Amino acid sequence: METDLAIRARGLRRAFGNLKAVDGIDLDVPRGMIFAILGPNGAGKTTLLRMLATLTRPDDGTAQVMGHDLARHPERVRAAIAMTGQFASLDEDLTGHENLVMLARLWGFGWRAGRGRAAELLAAFDLSDAAKKQVKDYSGGMRRRLDIAASLIVTPGVLFLDEPTTGLDPSARAGVWRLIRGLAAEGVTILLTTQYLEEADQLAGRIAVIDHGRKIAEGTSRELKAQTGSGMLHVTPLDPGNRQIALGLLGEAAQSDPEGGRISVPVADDAEASAHLARLAEANIRLAEFSLGAPSLDEVFFALTGREAA
Amino acid sequence: MSIPLPRGPRPAAPSPASTALTFAWRAVLKFRHVPEQLFDLVMTPIMFTLLFTFIFGGALAGSSTAYLQWFIPGILVQTTVFNTVYSGMGLSTDLSKGLFDRFRSLPIWSLAPFAGLMAGDMLRHTIAGAIILGIGLGLGYRPEAGLSGILGSWLLLMAVGFGWGWIFIVLGLVLRTPMTVMTLGFAVLFPVTFASNIMVDPATMPGWLQAFVAVNPISSMTTAMRSLMAGTAALPEIGLALLSPALLTLALAPLVLWLYRRK
Repeated sequence: METDLAIRARGLRRAFGNLKAVDGIDLDVPRGMIFAILGPNGAGKTTLLRMLATLTRPDDGTAQVMGHDLARHPERVRAAIAMTGQFASLDEDLTGHENLVMLARLWGFGWRAGRGRAAELLAAFDLSDAAKKQVKDYSGGMRRRLDIAASLIVTPGVLFLDEPTTGLDPSARAGVWRLIRGLAAEGVTILLTTQYLEEADQLAGRIAVIDHGRKIAEGTSRELKAQTGSGMLHVTPLDPGNRQIALGLLGEAAQSDPEGGRISVPVADDAEASAHLARLAEANIRLAEFSLGAPSLDEVFFALTGREAA
Repeated sequence: MSIPLPRGPRPAAPSPASTALTFAWRAVLKFRHVPEQLFDLVMTPIMFTLLFTFIFGGALAGSSTAYLQWFIPGILVQTTVFNTVYSGMGLSTDLSKGLFDRFRSLPIWSLAPFAGLMAGDMLRHTIAGAIILGIGLGLGYRPEAGLSGILGSWLLLMAVGFGWGWIFIVLGLVLRTPMTVMTLGFAVLFPVTFASNIMVDPATMPGWLQAFVAVNPISSMTTAMRSLMAGTAALPEIGLALLSPALLTLALAPLVLWLYRRK
């Protein structure tokens, strides 16, 4: 069954005791896209991903992954996907090379071909120097790269990434982002979960926001931002001493960023932004910097759920 | 960054045998990288062998050497049964680290990871058994049936390890942490192996305990081991020893599969 959707899910549900982890979620993920599931801790992201990866059985609902039905042909789904869980799913006692050879063997490679594939992946993921080190001695970023490499022994149709950058430092995070973009450029569909709004904004073609097991919004980053209906004006007074005066001039909704000295105020449109700037100019407050931007996803999340993102 | 993503046809799915072989290879690698685990496997049995032989041996059997003849086949059974606990702990660790999720999301035979675990266990039992036997031989233990007795005993130990191994695979799947598996495992296995004919002839035990020792499968396995080493093994004896491993496999293998799929 050929379809242009990599994943099509309808009414997926899963409860653990009284907790409705996933409470009726529909999902359409087009082929070749980076699709982000965004939500705070405990929103049901991992359960949703595990159901689609055949690791957790849904209580109710149906899904097709790469055209294969989850309930009827889980083995075909498994052949079409790869999953990188939240915690590095590697054997810590083995070396990076041995981990990949083991998985290559389990995919049907012979010993020699498996060793070749392992070496090739280690080189591509910049891990050749650590090939003979035990995984327990790897840094967080190296572990995560190896974990993703372990999902690419054969080319998956869909790659599931559960919080791929949680716990990584900024440079390791940037490395994983480059990787994810590179894979998407090669045509691999990627479904990732994240609690970082910035991550979804940076990577994903589409974002589903979930909270308490339900999907509360879906769209492109731009569409989600448009749902809050306003932009933000940011200004930084040249003289820090003028900050309090500027805050007063910009009205009650204005907020000052304690570190950067930047003041942000929501505006309905560019005319309102111009009016604010004019008021500051009249008061002789010179600005080091000003900008008009769409609201951040943090603000979007707050607008959608009425509470701060985790 | 360029990632090599093969476009051509994938290799054919591996056979169950090849999959099990891969898991066994993993077990061998673990021995190479973590040789300390051997210490866990043989420390208790070595300590028991030395304590019982030199402290109690004379009192129990007239001399340490005479006691060795009685004790070594039994401690081999105890070592094997104790060591099944470690495979349950290993499984529990794999589960908590997410490694099993990766295995489960692969298109392989769903019992393959367990077959692999078992293959690793067989290797562990063989190595631990060889060390204990080596120490026994060094102290003066002499199996009357010689090499054929040792081979026969080895086969029986493999069957014991295989059958009893299922108990701890079930516990590994059900219990949350490796520590719980170990604590619970030894809490059950210590009394069960002591209340058998491994250490002493049960003739001096109170009647109710003798009744337990008589039906304790550890006793029948130990008796069969002694007969195999002595070259006097009879078929009913061997059959009785194999009964508990066979029953455990029949009862628990389907349970393991069910637990695993239910997750």
